[in-house]
Amino acid sequence: MTLLDVKNLKTSYGPVNVLAGVSFAVEPGETYALVGESGSGKTTVIRAIAGMAPAQEGSVKFDGQEIRGASERTLRPLRKDIAMMFQDPVGSLSPRLTIRSLITEPYRIQGMKDRDLDAEARRLLEMVNLPSHFADRYPYQLSGGQARRVGVARALALEPKLILADEPTAGLDVSVQGELLNLMNDLRERLGLAMVIITHNLNVVRHVADRMGILYLGRLVEEGSTEAVFHDPRHPYTRCLLSANPEPDPDARLERIALKGEPPSLLKRPSGCEFRERCPFAQEICTQTPQWEVDNGHGLRCLAPLHQGRAA
Amino acid sequence: MTDTLLEIDRLSVDYETARGDLKALRDISFDIRKGEIVGIVGESGCGKSTLISSILRLTAPNTRFRQGEVRFKGEDLLQLPERKMRDLRGSDISIVFQDPMQTHNPVLSIGQQMLDIQHRSKASKAEKRARAAQMLGAVGIPDPEARLDQFPHEFSGGMRQRIAIAMALMSEPDLLIADEPTTALDATLEVQIIERLQELQQQFDCAILFISHHLGVIAELCDRVVVMYAGAVVESGEVREIFHDPKHPYTRRLIDCDPGHIKERARVLPTIPGEVPDLANLPGGCIFRDRCDQAMPRCASQVPPLAKLKEGHHAACWLNHEEAAE
Repeated sequence: MTLLDVKNLKTSYGPVNVLAGVSFAVEPGETYALVGESGSGKTTVIRAIAGMAPAQEGSVKFDGQEIRGASERTLRPLRKDIAMMFQDPVGSLSPRLTIRSLITEPYRIQGMKDRDLDAEARRLLEMVNLPSHFADRYPYQLSGGQARRVGVARALALEPKLILADEPTAGLDVSVQGELLNLMNDLRERLGLAMVIITHNLNVVRHVADRMGILYLGRLVEEGSTEAVFHDPRHPYTRCLLSANPEPDPDARLERIALKGEPPSLLKRPSGCEFRERCPFAQEICTQTPQWEVDNGHGLRCLAPLHQGRAA
Repeated sequence: MTDTLLEIDRLSVDYETARGDLKALRDISFDIRKGEIVGIVGESGCGKSTLISSILRLTAPNTRFRQGEVRFKGEDLLQLPERKMRDLRGSDISIVFQDPMQTHNPVLSIGQQMLDIQHRSKASKAEKRARAAQMLGAVGIPDPEARLDQFPHEFSGGMRQRIAIAMALMSEPDLLIADEPTTALDATLEVQIIERLQELQQQFDCAILFISHHLGVIAELCDRVVVMYAGAVVESGEVREIFHDPKHPYTRRLIDCDPGHIKERARVLPTIPGEVPDLANLPGGCIFRDRCDQAMPRCASQVPPLAKLKEGHHAACWLNHEEAAE
């Protein structure tokens, strides 16, 4: 059964229409990446799933149960199954608690006081490859990479079925980034976790995600298997994002597709295709509103899609 | 060389701490020629920020300059009286900081801030305003004249960073220091900023010292690259030499780690195991030894010097010793 099924999720903050109908599904054990620029609504999506941001319309089903708008009382036991990894690794750890208290806090919140918390702390630290004496440290004594691993340990404490990870590698050095991604891949395989990862770093997506969705102004514009999206991006926005990825090679002269301007204001959504004004491939037909169409598992919202091999 | 703009010569900087002296920079040497873009790449804690603040002499009170010189147009900045140093900052040398959200004063309009920083100029207010509008236009802010009256929060992150660049270039400096200017931005905006910097560099003919840990950006933008590790330069050279023929194991491993060039999905991504050494308690020998898979007995006892391998390519590693022997 589908683990997480998000349908037509809409969130507005007053007049600001942040999510304009987001739909996607995650199967057990699958990693799904949501990719988009700042302000595309990535963080709001996972916060709305976890009940931490409002969602006025749509549906979020977890294990078949509707959880959108559920009360805190309904959500609390579910949080054993849905864990969050927050964006700011140090900022998400209370500075006055030891690492031991931080990673065993979920047990206390869930009323599992009969557990041997010291033993759990040791087990969790070992799982994320940190020495057990780190249990007595405070967050300020950790490097960025170590704080991330504490975040992973805390997310894993209650053996969730789903992890929602907000920019899990932002701000990490490349050598440490690889370590964290390897750890997440490894844990996912061993524990059969499903993950939703939010990122704007496409290099990360390629190595961790099974499927991915591209978010633009609070709507998915393209979705498919990671391989399909990387090898055959159909939406011009996806193509632009992929080409805007500087490579560590001075001779890699990319056929870069320049994205015009900046994302439009959510208060003044463009008519027709919302990407039209920035799209280098826009045509007359794009003044009409594109519908979401799925072809062979590859979803697309574009009236003038690109074809594989078409010169950029 | 006569066209050398900035020469860092054997610079060593310590921070005095309760645990003893933290050796933040050790024996740093490299130079920047006029109109050249030099990239400094290195991971957290390698001393990039200490280096910038040392060049500008905006260091914390516990900083001690142990040795070396920072020569700008032949003059040692470390010996300059503070008053002269102030004249240099923002006119001959200017800087763009990492976080575009926090570099502007939130309660003053962009126009006011751009007028304020022209305080040295004798031009009239109207002329200064025209100059400000012209600079905003140069960095690609549409309708610059009207936007001068707007406040920082009315601009997006990418625009704020471009405004910061406009302000830094307003005095037509000889050297622009860019401290991770794209780290806080999305990939699409990052590319816009890099392309804009390239254009402006041509237009204003200034040298750029570009600091980043993003190898892709460095490869695309820079003429020469300096690789730093734990407070020391481990390799420096032309951008192609560094990326195609790296001579220091750290440089090699760092490039291997960048997922940007691993095109197929990897089960296990390369990493550099181990930790950066404690700068307050440095081990003897090569600083990278503990994490290096090619370490030899010699690396434990002797510090490898930054040796010249060929014109313009230096590396500090015993592996290249025969090559370097002259």
